[in-house]
Amino acid sequence: MHIFPFVVVVYILAVGLYGIVTSRHLVHQIMCLIVVQSSTYVLLLGIGYKTGAVAPYFYDIPVHTPAVDPVVQALALTDVVVEAAVTALLLAFAIQAHKRFGTLDPQELVQLKG
Amino acid sequence: MTPGQRRWIFLAAMAGLAAFYVWGLAGLPGFGNYPGPYGDIINRIAVAQTKATGVVSAVNFEYRGFDTVGEEFILFVAATAMAVVLRHLRHEREEDSPGATEDWAVPPASDSVRLVALIFTGPVVVMGWFLASHAQTSPSGGFQGGVILATAFFLIYLSGEYLLFRRISPVDVTGAFEAVGAGGFAAIGVAALVMGLPYLKNFLPLGTTPGAVSSSGTIALISFFVGVEVAAAFILIVGELVEQTLLVRQGDH
Repeated sequence: MHIFPFVVVVYILAVGLYGIVTSRHLVHQIMCLIVVQSSTYVLLLGIGYKTGAVAPYFYDIPVHTPAVDPVVQALALTDVVVEAAVTALLLAFAIQAHKRFGTLDPQELVQLKG
Repeated sequence: MTPGQRRWIFLAAMAGLAAFYVWGLAGLPGFGNYPGPYGDIINRIAVAQTKATGVVSAVNFEYRGFDTVGEEFILFVAATAMAVVLRHLRHEREEDSPGATEDWAVPPASDSVRLVALIFTGPVVVMGWFLASHAQTSPSGGFQGGVILATAFFLIYLSGEYLLFRRISPVDVTGAFEAVGAGGFAAIGVAALVMGLPYLKNFLPLGTTPGAVSSSGTIALISFFVGVEVAAAFILIVGELVEQTLLVRQGDH
């Protein structure tokens, strides 16, 4: 069984989570969240892939040509754009946190709260 | 909690995740052996049913159009929330130092950057427009086209024309475009309801030639509205962030 792409998925996920847990900077933490989310793209596209199949666009090929799953591609597509906007919102919160507390270290921010 | 403890808890959690993941992998059909059936069925029937040859767009704007409305509103809310969060800050800043926003230190652009940015602005607009309006034929659609359309505005900013960037994309106008894009998508759904059809049912004539620009009914129309929404949202987002950068830079002086 060929599982290499799924190993890549869990590797990207683990690296991103490790970054979030050990991060000392909010912007770095947000970047790590993007890395975590990237693992879902690899997972979705990996599940939908079919050996030897083409992209699901039938403009100049016959309709019965074997093609990969378009559903997972649609999911990944919207996710990329939505993720970019959500990242921008998180960065805005980081700016806010820095102006209010004078630090971007999540661990110091936790202490400030208590 | 110390960073050391945090790391150990993380490693324990990752060990658990790894165990479940390997267990789950054992049940997967393996890379390249897509089991179906949904993707295969849609690939077989989508072109005849929607007259769109871009099946990914057909899925996004037709079969799971209702989901895409939700995702588009996540984008809308994220961009709006970001503007709200930063606007509050800007207001504070203006009270601190009146007139601070009048003469921002706009970074000067070198001639080579200006030239490249100017050369690319036109083609980028054309490409973004092409992608946003050809969702039904090729690997494109409102999401991709919208982002590329927004890039044209960033090129204008890159070329050092910050004031021009602000003049052709004032927050009010960008916000209105964003609302039209998001609302347009929802309104197409409501229009179907008014005709007594299910929400977001494709009620426009589908055309006869699969893959023609005029084919596929509401798929092309929704994609266009999504393009407007995405472009406006990203111009709004980058505009706000750029403004923050300039404010901070001015504070340093």
